[in-house]
Amino acid sequence: MAAKTIISRPIYGTLSPQPGKHHLFIADAEGALAIVDMAKMAPPGFFGGAEIVFIPGLDGKHVAALEALKPAQFHLAPSFASLLPRLKQTLGNAHMGLRLYLAGTEGLIGQAMQVALEAGIDHTSMQTEHRGSLARRMQCVHCKGITENVTTQPATCSHCGLLLLVRDHYSRRLAAFQGVCINAEDRSEIPPTEEAFP
Amino acid sequence: MGITFRKETFRDDFTFRNSPEHIRRFPFPFHEDAYMYAVNIEPHVVGPKGSVLENLIDVDEHYVAEMQDRALVLAEDPLRCQSLPHMTLAGWDLLELLMEQQALGYPEHFTLTRDGDRWRWINRPLGIDDTFTFGDTSTLPYGPMEYITRQSQGDFCILDQRDGNLWMDAGMVTTQADWSLDFDIGMNFFEWHAPVPLAHEKGIFTRALKFLTNIQQGKPARRLNWTMTINPRLDTSPENYHKWGPDRTTVTPENVGDKVHLRVELQSFWRLPRSNGIVFPIRCYLIKMDELVTQPKWARRLHRVIRDLPEELATYKGLTRYRPTLVEWLSKLDDGSPTSPGFGPD
Repeated sequence: MAAKTIISRPIYGTLSPQPGKHHLFIADAEGALAIVDMAKMAPPGFFGGAEIVFIPGLDGKHVAALEALKPAQFHLAPSFASLLPRLKQTLGNAHMGLRLYLAGTEGLIGQAMQVALEAGIDHTSMQTEHRGSLARRMQCVHCKGITENVTTQPATCSHCGLLLLVRDHYSRRLAAFQGVCINAEDRSEIPPTEEAFP
Repeated sequence: MGITFRKETFRDDFTFRNSPEHIRRFPFPFHEDAYMYAVNIEPHVVGPKGSVLENLIDVDEHYVAEMQDRALVLAEDPLRCQSLPHMTLAGWDLLELLMEQQALGYPEHFTLTRDGDRWRWINRPLGIDDTFTFGDTSTLPYGPMEYITRQSQGDFCILDQRDGNLWMDAGMVTTQADWSLDFDIGMNFFEWHAPVPLAHEKGIFTRALKFLTNIQQGKPARRLNWTMTINPRLDTSPENYHKWGPDRTTVTPENVGDKVHLRVELQSFWRLPRSNGIVFPIRCYLIKMDELVTQPKWARRLHRVIRDLPEELATYKGLTRYRPTLVEWLSKLDDGSPTSPGFGPD
């Protein structure tokens, strides 16, 4: 669980079963365990109205545990980008009263929330739970490029190559933290790189 | 008698200067010999003749040059002007406000004629004479917010009011003190202020939001904010920080007076009539140390303020690197004698 630092920084909770008939779960990697834990509190038949969309990590773990919940629909996606067209359609056609549950890395939660916000779902009506890596999705304020899975502080922009301070300032619209050049005033100053978001 | 607009630059050769009359009218932001955050909001009413408050929307000798600099910024980076889709009506509200105020304060430079929805706008300093239909975006060369803010000094944020909060949903931001509209657009009041140190803990933003959401039409409010900028550069955006940041390493005891500028923002807050939004003009005034210290009271007071500024604030305002050089330079102009109360020069 990431520590709360500043007000724009997202705060995540713990998934809990919500009333309703339609439930959409979007999770990656260890986010699967948040769903499995929640399932222990779910009423009988809960997953009969649920769709689970899962992006396994590199190790491919947790697929069987989610299948065992017997959701009405289960979809495996290799990456968030590959999931995007399907997710846009699902959210665009969603019934009033669809419950949304997002679990896993901050990058997954943020990007799924971004698509849901564009579909008109209020961010406060989504359940979120952070599990697994603290890696951040970062927008370079200079070139506007997004760098995925940033684990270090500072971090190099994968687009323009500037060395960036990864701030806690977060934009839901961009689903990204802000990266600002850390040695803009004197490029010869190179601070040590630390593994800040493992 | 009209304003004589200066030909000057805010980049490259930095020819920006204030005339002696503009030095005297500079909105010096310190009413005492120390500075700390406060909810320093007051009614935005007309002030003394010859001050920056003589008109509620101030146009000064830098108008033409500032508009030219804005056009350069937008050509490089169009993302400095953005408006979310639901904000067009508020853009028309802003167009009306700025045309009315500029025509009212400076009739020799600006004329607005209305015949129902057919409006004619003449802007003599920029050589503009346009007739358009109010409310019909297809009759203007830009959206209404962009059109009028390409002709108005200062940055402009338009805030949507809903759920008891204010949302930064549109803006023209080319002269900002190191914050990004492109990153912050769509955020609420607390979120876009998140990086400001100390003020959240003091409850500043909770009280400020309460005040702002209650602003009524025809009763605008204002506050001053300040920072410092090396060279008279308007575009101190985070987008270009890697380009202007090195300026901060160039301050020496010999060039403090010419390079270091006090940057004051006159922020005002206006309720918009049709959209119920709030527009938040952020008008930036720059003055170099050599100009500022022609007023001995300001020199003494600025020395004490900068010397005693809490470290977190100095860091947030980006002063750390050159503060010792600046304080040393200012100290020679501070004989320790008391300063009179209030903002103005003696």
